[in-house]
Amino acid sequence: MKKKALGAIAVAAAATLALSACSGGSSQASSTGDAKGEISYWLWDSNQLPAYQQCADDFHKANPNITVKVTQTGWDDYWTNITNGFVAGNGPDVFTDHLSKYGDFIKNGQLLSLDDAVKNDNVDLNQYNKGLADLWVGKDGKRYGLPKDWDTVGLFYNKDMISKAGITADQMGSLAWNPQDGGTFEKTIAHLTVDKNGKRGDEAGFDKNNVAVYGLGLAGSGSGNGQTEWSWLTGTTGWTHTDKNPWGTHYNYDDKKFQDTIAWFNGLINKGYMPKLETTVGASMPDTFGAGKAAINANGDWEIGQYLGYKGINVGIAPTPTGPDGKRASMYNGLADSINAGTKNPAAATKWVEYLASPACQDVVASKAVVFPAISEATDKAAAAFKAKGVDVTPFTQQVKDNTTFLFPITENAAKVDGIMKPAMDSVFSGKSPASSLTDANNQVNALFQ
Amino acid sequence: MATTSLGTRKPSRREADSGGPKRVSRRRNIGDLRVALFFVAPAVLGFVLFYLLPTIRGIYLSFTDYSILGNPVWVGLKNYLKIFQDKLFWNAMGVTLEYVLLNIGFQTVIALGLALLMYHVAKSTLIRGILLLPYLVANVIVALLWFWMLDYQIGIFNQMLQWLGIPRVAFFGNEFWSIPTIAFVNIWRHMGYTALLIFAGLQTIPKQLYEVANLDGASPWQTFWKITMPLLRPVLLLVMVVTITGSFQIFDTVAVTTQGGPVNASRVIQYYIYQRAFSEQDFGYGSALSVILFIILAVVAFLQMKFLRGNENDLD
Repeated sequence: MKKKALGAIAVAAAATLALSACSGGSSQASSTGDAKGEISYWLWDSNQLPAYQQCADDFHKANPNITVKVTQTGWDDYWTNITNGFVAGNGPDVFTDHLSKYGDFIKNGQLLSLDDAVKNDNVDLNQYNKGLADLWVGKDGKRYGLPKDWDTVGLFYNKDMISKAGITADQMGSLAWNPQDGGTFEKTIAHLTVDKNGKRGDEAGFDKNNVAVYGLGLAGSGSGNGQTEWSWLTGTTGWTHTDKNPWGTHYNYDDKKFQDTIAWFNGLINKGYMPKLETTVGASMPDTFGAGKAAINANGDWEIGQYLGYKGINVGIAPTPTGPDGKRASMYNGLADSINAGTKNPAAATKWVEYLASPACQDVVASKAVVFPAISEATDKAAAAFKAKGVDVTPFTQQVKDNTTFLFPITENAAKVDGIMKPAMDSVFSGKSPASSLTDANNQVNALFQ
Repeated sequence: MATTSLGTRKPSRREADSGGPKRVSRRRNIGDLRVALFFVAPAVLGFVLFYLLPTIRGIYLSFTDYSILGNPVWVGLKNYLKIFQDKLFWNAMGVTLEYVLLNIGFQTVIALGLALLMYHVAKSTLIRGILLLPYLVANVIVALLWFWMLDYQIGIFNQMLQWLGIPRVAFFGNEFWSIPTIAFVNIWRHMGYTALLIFAGLQTIPKQLYEVANLDGASPWQTFWKITMPLLRPVLLLVMVVTITGSFQIFDTVAVTTQGGPVNASRVIQYYIYQRAFSEQDFGYGSALSVILFIILAVVAFLQMKFLRGNENDLD
């Protein structure tokens, strides 16, 4: 008991020190100075851990004075740990950062800006795929991250199911969609849906209340961004989440184009082509796909390994359907590595971030064929590595080549927007409220920015 | 724990007064105080550091606007005024109340039944121990276990329902079922433990009372209501105060399963506090919500003590 109390005093004292240490505005990162010692690096994706561990080992070989300790935690714990680490002063020196989070971090002065480091160490920002480096420039015009990878959305489908339904891979690759009748995309989904008696969704006598295989899987309502759920549809209508991106200050959930798309998408549930929202709480969408309960899943390229890992399921990949304008659309999200403003070793941290953003590390990541690195050449290498594994990833890379991507909406108050939009979208998807109710949610969201 | 002190017979005032010889001086008392303080100090220090100071700081923060990374800004009663107009707060209170009613209602009745079975029928230590097993598993593990077993698509429970010809149920995903399901999961975990507490209470009831009742020809039903229940009251009350307070603080099961959804159907007050404070970094607002919950719990516990006469024992 006494021991515990003494420990508590130590903790309290450390916390006071840490709190006093983290005052001050945005400071600059620089690799000059004494770069040695141990630094910590955090990431959330366990699939990528081996690649980054190898980067850390290589980095240590090149810089024997610096040791990088890599720690991986799951997505939900990750952000809680990061926030707690910022407050307690024991967060990671360098961490994988997400666009939905970094706006709030900048606002609170939690990140070191990297402009001086980029200038002094001649980091070539043009080596990255177009647009990725720009994502990490804050509202204040300063750079807070160097790009590490990117992702787009595509359609994973069960090859056996489509061939049984008489649909070819070419047809899967040229689906067209519109918000009125759903186009060939809806026809395909309907045809791939099978009820308990073996009747297809487009046949007479289809029992929508007893569906064995859904044409399209559902992960959730998508909250405010719908990255893998519906943003690849709304993106083709000319609708954008915010007035401008990044750092928009007005959301557009009251737009008719958006609400029409959501209404159509939601209609798939009523028609029995997509599972009810309440059934998606629990097992993940890929797992239900792996269990043969859905024919098509729209998902991000970071799940390729997951989908290909299911035994006995032949997986094909197709690009998302074209929209009313005849073009495809995919959200384009990029991760980056950022430096914690509270780091005690900014010089070593800067060196490590630069190494992570260099061809040396990104080629290693590419060779593991788990994600697409940010550097253009490394992206090609990753595509080749996927090909060697027997996976054609063109549906994902094509969106970038054809310039049909749009950026992940970056704004301040991201967590609060999510707090409003998640229940509002859930309510629409569960059939409790019409799509027009999103106008009210939009007003609440926009009130956050006033 | 306080359990035992409530269950046992209170020393009467007369005994305590006559016990001490007159030669105990004032000085001696002060000497005792020093020694007592020495022994109590670690606990007091822990209490002050881990309970008192955080509580006072929490109350202070409830009057501020605080995003954890900046400095708290004093805003007076603004957070409290906002809470009373906050639909989500009232929803959370309603949801929490529904949970508490379901959880405590079923849990207490089932635990009482189990305790009676332990007392009269299952006298083997092994079986009594097995009843406690669910309680030995961590909350989060229990929640995840049921989350998977009750899953709509691939959960074994829904598979069994299907074999029986009953339609599948989205236990955690359906607005109607989410709170009853969460309540059930926690009943399953806590009923053995609660039963054990009640069982301890049953053992304090003198055997001869039952023998007399038996001689007088009382039916088991009458014995239960006229002897067991009245004499069990202090223990039952303690159990209720502890479980109701714990029940109001339901968080972990919600956090690892529904996360407040579908829509707001399982957004219990503790989860809402967590969401506002830790997800949305609105620690002032979260603190104000916590203070309100604190007051509600204090009032509930006080009323229970007052009306169920927790500090009296019918055996005296």
